Amino acid sequence: MTTTTKRNLGFLAAFLLVALVLAGGVSYFADSNPDGLDHATLQGCTVAETEAGEELQGSCIAQNAQDHPLSEGPFADYTVGGDEGLSGLAGVVGVIATLAVAFGLFWVLRKRPSKN
Amino acid sequence: MTAPVAMHMSDGLLNTPTTVLFLGVAVIGVAIAAVKARADLDDRAAPMAGLVAAFVFATQMLNFPVLAGVSGHLLGGALAAILVGPWVGALCVSIVLVVQALLFSDGGLTALGANITNMALIGTAAGFGVALALKRLAARGKAGLVAVSFIAALVNTVVAALGFVIEFAIGGDAAFSLGTVAATVLGVHVLIGIGEGVITALTVGAVAAARPDLVYLLRGTAKPLELRGKAAA
Repeated sequence: MTTTTKRNLGFLAAFLLVALVLAGGVSYFADSNPDGLDHATLQGCTVAETEAGEELQGSCIAQNAQDHPLSEGPFADYTVGGDEGLSGLAGVVGVIATLAVAFGLFWVLRKRPSKN
Repeated sequence: MTAPVAMHMSDGLLNTPTTVLFLGVAVIGVAIAAVKARADLDDRAAPMAGLVAAFVFATQMLNFPVLAGVSGHLLGGALAAILVGPWVGALCVSIVLVVQALLFSDGGLTALGANITNMALIGTAAGFGVALALKRLAARGKAGLVAVSFIAALVNTVVAALGFVIEFAIGGDAAFSLGTVAATVLGVHVLIGIGEGVITALTVGAVAAARPDLVYLLRGTAKPLELRGKAAA
């Protein structure tokens, strides 16, 4: 039983480490081009860099998109306070937040053993 | 170096009735998943399931190139379902989408219902359906499991994209040709699905190599039981 528990913990720790390295480090190498869905909604537009930021010129579905109501949040757009250089840290925060919410929910939902 | 781009549907792309409709679909779907998930969650499965959700979050950040100027990222429904079961898997992806929308302003708030419907519910269901249909192949050995994971993930991605097309057909801006939108979205997501398939196959393969007893899809098949017996001895 102790061996099994140790083995379990070792595996879970390794799994968490991989997630943290992916979100905290490997994510810097992610392709920053629009994803498939964004690409489709941007069809017909060109993205122009203006002083006010990016502007969509032409006619495309993405022009219907509204600003996110939480776009001023501390980790908005996977930054830390707007700093894109800290996106890895934002990723680490995301991994921990997701783990906390998911584990919390699953722990509450789980079947309790009737004996033991 | 730029921060990862927003990855999910923003608010405003679907009209209000459609948004409300899919918020309802998502709430009902997640509620059913939560009830059904209980049977698959115990003291041992709950931590693993929490980590699968965290892993899906991490992997969704890793946009990979699919065409010039176009990227794709994992959706994770098939991956989660193969590892922790379809109901828990649907909850994992839902939690990822909620965290992304609330903490990282990625994916609109009113669009959350549609995003959950596509990626957590429809995609996961389709991916796991394929995996279940091919379970005998998956149980045959590592190559079989990896192949099944790839196919299930590919189908998961394309079906999730189909969800968007259906939502856009119901309540999108009619000024834009549905045919063009459908062709672009589905075409690109076949390519993204190949990437999703590769990542899912690698991940499931790695977990199965270390702990086949933790792969939900292999439950009840002979192989992990043998290995579990060895580990206990």
